[in-house]
Amino acid sequence: MEKLVLMLAQMHPDVDFYNCASLIDDGIIDSFDIISLVADLNEEFEVSISAGDIVPENFNSAQALWELVSRLQNE
Amino acid sequence: MSFISYSFVAFLAVLYVLYYLLPKKTQWLLLLVGSLVFYAHAGWYSFIFILVVAAVVYTAGIKIQDQYDARDEEISANQQLFSKDEQRQIKAQAKAKAKTFLAASLATVLGILAVIKYTSFVINNVNSIIGSNFVPYRFILPMGISFYTFQSVGYAADVYWEKTRAERNPLKLMLFVSFFPQLVQGPISRFGELSGTLLSEHKFEPKQAAFGFQRVLWGFFKKLVVADRLVILVRSLILDPAAYRGAYVVLLVFFYAIQLYSDFTGGIDIAIGAAEMFGVVVAENFARPFFSKNAAEYWRRWHITMGAWFKDYVFYPVSVSKAMQRISSKSRSTFGQKIGRRIPVYLTSIVVWAATGIWHGAAWNFVVWGLLNCLVIIVSQEMEPAYKKFHEKYPFSNTRAYDFLQIVRTFWIMGFIRVLDCYQNVPLTFRQVASVFTASNWSVLFNGSLLELGLSEADFVAVALGCIVMVSVSLLQEKGSVRELLAAKPTVLRYSVVWLALASIILLGAYGIGFDANQFIYNRF
Repeated sequence: MEKLVLMLAQMHPDVDFYNCASLIDDGIIDSFDIISLVADLNEEFEVSISAGDIVPENFNSAQALWELVSRLQNE
Repeated sequence: MSFISYSFVAFLAVLYVLYYLLPKKTQWLLLLVGSLVFYAHAGWYSFIFILVVAAVVYTAGIKIQDQYDARDEEISANQQLFSKDEQRQIKAQAKAKAKTFLAASLATVLGILAVIKYTSFVINNVNSIIGSNFVPYRFILPMGISFYTFQSVGYAADVYWEKTRAERNPLKLMLFVSFFPQLVQGPISRFGELSGTLLSEHKFEPKQAAFGFQRVLWGFFKKLVVADRLVILVRSLILDPAAYRGAYVVLLVFFYAIQLYSDFTGGIDIAIGAAEMFGVVVAENFARPFFSKNAAEYWRRWHITMGAWFKDYVFYPVSVSKAMQRISSKSRSTFGQKIGRRIPVYLTSIVVWAATGIWHGAAWNFVVWGLLNCLVIIVSQEMEPAYKKFHEKYPFSNTRAYDFLQIVRTFWIMGFIRVLDCYQNVPLTFRQVASVFTASNWSVLFNGSLLELGLSEADFVAVALGCIVMVSVSLLQEKGSVRELLAAKPTVLRYSVVWLALASIILLGAYGIGFDANQFIYNRF
């Protein structure tokens, strides 16, 4: 999870990723971030995030993203 | 069957009465019969296509679901026996098989759409490139094929992504594909969102009935009072481009924007209102697009379900494809995070907008239209830091007056791009738009020339009244539901408004000889 938060913080150093739960809803991360993030997460955690996984519920918080990555690691 | 016809009004009335008279558990079945009757009006040729598309995605959905159900059963039955690696392998195998069924179904339904819609376009282009003389066979476009194909593709993809479970009752899936209000021009619905109210039982609710009826009436008002009146003027300006240059092009941009808006949103109001009368909630497709301050916002407010469809089923799949992921990593390592991360998004955006253009029609003007929209959005995106600095430096840029200027600017930019749809000829469109900058005929705006374009003074008054009502309603909608606002008013006022709307449609509606209302513009897509 720390590694994931670090990756997010590189994109937006001013955001509290441990507590923010509306990254998509509030427009904090955009399409550029999502696409870069997917490439980084796939590489770093050896997962394969599909287009079907790109929904606000999975990207609204670092916790939700981490749960997605953990689920995909088990697949 | 056109929404703007006596037969549709009669059809809706009969279906509505039966819907609440018959046992509730048969309601969805009645909607299916109604939808098939509605569609059968388009003829057997069209009917066959919708049946084939529904059958293909139904079968694919079941086959995909079977893979996942078998996977889950196998893993849960052998939880203790299988190692994590073995479980992963089973999941991967199920996914691979599901992918095959998805790919086959998409290839079939999109293949049908491609052959029907693009054969003559491809042949014409081949002929002009290699100088051949192949006959550009033109298929008749089955009614609503672009819309129900997209809806069906979305369903198959959602089952594959496990966002929704496959529907095992073929008749229920057929209803989803063919639900009559949204069949001809959208909105493009998702199975997971629509099926809840589409397939459930509904008891008669007076408020819901009134709201649905009001929405249908509102759609008729926009279409008949504004759109079908303006079409006469717009056609005059398009049919003789040599005569109508310069200032006339500005008029065309302005009036075509209003015509298309009232035509398309009017049709969508009728669709959503008709569905609401049956208790079915269909996704909204517009959110006051002409109040947008930039192109990206405009596209979040205009034809919302199409934009969302392209985002979910084209933009993200292309973005996360292995090829694009490689481009993403490479571009970021080569150009740095700031520039590198833009490249895959912009490349994908170009693909999406070219696809959006070609979806609207098999012609280069639509492709150019899509790419110009893409260009404006990318330029706005790149200008964002400069805009930010500008807003920080100049306080007046944060006032409502400046917001209004941005709204006007966006209206005209989108309007000038939109005229590609009018002339349907790229070089001609550019010539016509260029003529605005060298125009010397601005006096036609004031010297009565406007009255030589097929509309009388009374027609312009009717259009102006229609526009005032539309703008007023839109302003109220920005704050909340207009129908809720109306529902809170005294009965006399409520009924007066509805009767006034009805009277306006009857008295101010632009009816041709024998009530031959114009086809909705989006029906042809």
